Amino acid sequence: MTSPTPAILPERGLADRLTALFWRHPRLLLAVLLTPPLLWLGVVYLGSLFALLLQSFYSIDEFSGVVKEEFTLKTYAELFRAQNLDIIIRTLVMSAAVTIGCALIAFPIAYYAARFARGKWKAVFYLGVMLPLWSSYLVKVYAWKLILAKEGIITWAAEGVGLSMILNAILAIPGIGGNSLSTSPLGTFIVFVYVWLPYMILPMQAALERVPTSMLEASADLGASRAQTFRTVILPLAMPGVIAGSIFTFSLTMGDYIIPQIVGTSARFIGLAVYQLQGTAGNIPLAAAFAVVPIVIMLIYLTIAKRKGAFDAL
Amino acid sequence: MHSDRASLGLKIAAVGGLLFLHLPILLIFLYAFTTEDKSYQFPPPGLTTEWFGVAWNREDIWPPLYLSLWVATIATFLAMILGTLVSAAMARASFFGREQISLLIILPIALPGVITGMSLRSAFSIMDIPFSTWTIILGHATFCIVIVYNNAVARFRRLSGGILEASADLGANSFQTFRYVLLPNLGTALLAGGMLAFALSFDEVIVTTFTAGQQSTLPIWMLQELVRPRQRPVTNVVAIVVFTATFVPILIAYYLTRGGSETAGAGK
Repeated sequence: MTSPTPAILPERGLADRLTALFWRHPRLLLAVLLTPPLLWLGVVYLGSLFALLLQSFYSIDEFSGVVKEEFTLKTYAELFRAQNLDIIIRTLVMSAAVTIGCALIAFPIAYYAARFARGKWKAVFYLGVMLPLWSSYLVKVYAWKLILAKEGIITWAAEGVGLSMILNAILAIPGIGGNSLSTSPLGTFIVFVYVWLPYMILPMQAALERVPTSMLEASADLGASRAQTFRTVILPLAMPGVIAGSIFTFSLTMGDYIIPQIVGTSARFIGLAVYQLQGTAGNIPLAAAFAVVPIVIMLIYLTIAKRKGAFDAL
Repeated sequence: MHSDRASLGLKIAAVGGLLFLHLPILLIFLYAFTTEDKSYQFPPPGLTTEWFGVAWNREDIWPPLYLSLWVATIATFLAMILGTLVSAAMARASFFGREQISLLIILPIALPGVITGMSLRSAFSIMDIPFSTWTIILGHATFCIVIVYNNAVARFRRLSGGILEASADLGANSFQTFRYVLLPNLGTALLAGGMLAFALSFDEVIVTTFTAGQQSTLPIWMLQELVRPRQRPVTNVVAIVVFTATFVPILIAYYLTRGGSETAGAGK
């Protein structure tokens, strides 16, 4: 007679012993899983952020150009010089304009994709937004350099349909115009809107998809016209999505330094200032202080957004 | 009555918006064949395929291409390990500090690239770390973790905990369960995350300029050409290469995960 198999199998080696250990102490498994990624993010990322903060409290010796590793607020005070303040204000105005531009163009796309697109069209809209989102950033910017160039397709098209007058009139407007679209602030604005547009569409669409159809029917039953339903039901419910999208467009515009370098006037933005200060100028403390500005602005922005419930739409 | 048809105006605005997103990229393909090499003249005066040959023979393009491929491969590999580990921990347990950890993972991609780049630059400067391939990889892996994490954590959530318990009941230890149950279920999600991470890393330029020093990845090479053009048609050809190298992994990622609740790429 064979003896019955024991209820508890014998251990087959280290792997089994570890399994038993993890089973008895689930926290241990958790710690094993979390330690490598947290070490990486904690040391590499948080460590670097801390280094950034530390650098911003250093200053540079104006004569020798050597970084003085002593605590000072001098570098932050430099941010308030007229020329640096100009850079910050210019960046904020551009970020706000780009955010509004993105919201206006994104809304019909997100609305159509969320409410009306079905079946095949749903996939078309999804891929149609996702592919430009993920495809190469530099290639997109480059494409616009070709488009906006003085000898490029827009000038050609404007001549073709006899709208050169209007194009020239727009370019003549001081403040947004310039020699050609590719050397004007308007050009910078267009490229920013294009590049960050998908970041606005996706959260907007997510928010709009959550608007229940029954609510629209109720609105209609209560006698609201389509316009009234849109204004009093759909738009307020889409707002968290708009705010979530604006976090991306605002933050990305504020930190970008490639686009203003390639398309636009040579006027500096925060990102470009950071890049030039740490590179050619070798003024890492001031570059670090400049980089802290977007962090502070985004923290304020995120606090407001959180109160408006934007994070549920992410 | 509430009508379920989109108005003509909405249709035009929506389709117009999609075209606005796609037409500019198509233009790159046309320009790669232009015979004009001094300006961005449109329409091209003539078409030629000679630039592909010229680009192929340019010595200065190959090293950046190899560096980009190498960096993207290693960064993706590191991000896949770290991203999978953290998603395994985050999907199953609730513990103190969970919210903070999820914020920490998202932060490198939520803050503008210039901040991540400048932070790493400050750290290298303080610690006197010289620029090398590894400083580039360090930055790339950091912001690629969140991509893998997003894909893997969504799949973990959909996976029923029951199959892991069933595996244990049938006598498998943790490692066998991982190998024979968890990994086959996670496979496509991890692969999709890896594809997207590769695409993101291959194309990254903002953080890279801060962590590369004198080295040149393909996007940095391209950026230099954009700022100071030398041979425009060659840049056009390289643009197509970069576009393809990011486009193909994205499409693969989409097909790997389509139909699920967690189709890849919804967040970048």
